[in-house]
Amino acid sequence: MKTYQKLLASLCLSSALAGCSMFGGDEQAGGSTAINGSNGGASTTGLNGADNFTGHPLDNPASPLATKVIYFAFDSSAVEPQYEAVLAAHGAYLAANNGVAVIVEGHADERGTREYNVALSEKRAKTVQNLLSLQGAAGNQAEAVALGEEKPVVLGHEEKSWRLNRRVELIYPAH
Amino acid sequence: MNRVKRIGVLLGFLLSFSAWGGALKIEITQGVSSAQPIAIIPFSTAQVVGGVWVDVAQIISDDLARSGRFKPLPRLDMLNKPSSAAQVNFRNWQALGQDNLVVGKILPAANGRLTVQFQLFDVYKGEQLTGFSVPANSASLRAAAHRISDLIYEKLTGQKGAFSTRIAYVTSAHGVNGKAEYKIQVADADGFGSKTIVTSSEPVMSPAWSPRGDKLSYVSYEGRRSSIYTQTLRSGQREKLRSFKGINGAPAWSPDGSQLALTLSKDGSADIYVYNVISRSFRRLTRSYAIDTEPSWSPDGRQIIFTSDRGGKPQIYRISANGGKAARLTFEGVYNARASYSPDGKHVIMVHRVNGQYRIASLELATGFTNILSNGSLDESPSYAPNGSMILYSTSDGLKTILAAVSSDGKVRQKLRLQGGDVREPAWSPFKQY
Repeated sequence: MKTYQKLLASLCLSSALAGCSMFGGDEQAGGSTAINGSNGGASTTGLNGADNFTGHPLDNPASPLATKVIYFAFDSSAVEPQYEAVLAAHGAYLAANNGVAVIVEGHADERGTREYNVALSEKRAKTVQNLLSLQGAAGNQAEAVALGEEKPVVLGHEEKSWRLNRRVELIYPAH
Repeated sequence: MNRVKRIGVLLGFLLSFSAWGGALKIEITQGVSSAQPIAIIPFSTAQVVGGVWVDVAQIISDDLARSGRFKPLPRLDMLNKPSSAAQVNFRNWQALGQDNLVVGKILPAANGRLTVQFQLFDVYKGEQLTGFSVPANSASLRAAAHRISDLIYEKLTGQKGAFSTRIAYVTSAHGVNGKAEYKIQVADADGFGSKTIVTSSEPVMSPAWSPRGDKLSYVSYEGRRSSIYTQTLRSGQREKLRSFKGINGAPAWSPDGSQLALTLSKDGSADIYVYNVISRSFRRLTRSYAIDTEPSWSPDGRQIIFTSDRGGKPQIYRISANGGKAARLTFEGVYNARASYSPDGKHVIMVHRVNGQYRIASLELATGFTNILSNGSLDESPSYAPNGSMILYSTSDGLKTILAAVSSDGKVRQKLRLQGGDVREPAWSPFKQY
């Protein structure tokens, strides 16, 4: 099963992500739109070392792996289409490097109650964790941690700040 | 006695006084015109304690003013300052429009101890309503003053006073090296004498009092993962509850102290579990694919209310503490969360979203009527005083978070500011056990 998942993940990558969605079924259309966009298609080449970047793949600015924070809508744990390529790349990276671990840290904005926000931020982190495992990351490689509204990156009581605080951070502790 | 009910509300200001004890400064921002006038005469031989002047009568006066139900006479308006019944001329105090009068003195007792004596009079009848001798020592004069406030309040309102209680709250600030510093502190109900019980570089949250008031349970992210700790306040010793993968949060003590309701997500989504303190076992109370969190016990310990988004949006549900089917309690609005019962079990207070604002609201269980009590935009963490008279909560003040209090009828308002940091998640202690 695991081998099959890895194979599927690598197939996705080798096809330059064209039409390859992390979602099955009905979600296919929404997923492929974003991945065919200029961001998703162009930047994934960095992962295979096809460009001149010689540093660590997680640091390659041309790669979707360089993006380690994704953002969410209010009271929602759904991953928006523009982040699908990012998570596909991280999932594939983990699948290809099974000694690497990542902490998937969920956060919420300040609105609403604190413990509910912990649960909401866990839901976000778990959605991301599931998408990583769909790309072949093993269950023990990605750990979901829920911090609710306890660690905002921006202080401010308006959408401009809230938007940046509703997030999931991918933290590679060994990197 | 003044029994005329004037329902008018004096907006903006009634009294502004400081209850400085280092940490929290309390300011009354709205009072009621029906507050009873009372004269609290300075007690004779106020004591010097540790270099700090303990003005017992001022502490009592501040306590009673803070309740919103009393209007203490300013000292400048006092014609004389009697300290015993024989020295009181009731006609003078009638002329000043006072309903009640308190006189007292601090006397030396055996073994270096002190006795605080006080008498409460009805000015119109010229009668003593109550009088006690409260034992104290130089370090416990503040506590003796709060005890006297409790006795006066109970005599005049019929409701038990909550001035001898404490509050716990979470603070956060940036330390000297720029790193975040999270603390849980405990202070007297008037904000005085705050003490830090835990400090961490990672978040701490959700302080919850044990029913005897001797322990606090809380959530700590030390080691970057959440765990629940129970700390004995006197010794500072704490015990880590067995923790699981995912959320370990929202601890709430059962009224008899035998169980702790909490939130775990070890089996998938966040669900309510009950931990038995004696058998050290966990039992699962809710099973939904949705978020179930923020449990709170009914005063009789038979029901647990909690927040769930099983219907799509967060709402309050109620379930038997033994398990079974949960029933939805809230139907007004698209966001109701973190509910807790009033001490008499007749109301539930919660965070309620209205026109995009998060406010503290009270739901009357018998009628389903929702009453909005606070007026901020990001109000949260409501906590009842153990006598049900006031509700403490957190509110935003510019970019800071401060505490605020509102009387359960919404008429009296206060703000509690902390110097140099945020203060949030207030939890009012149970009554002091004498």
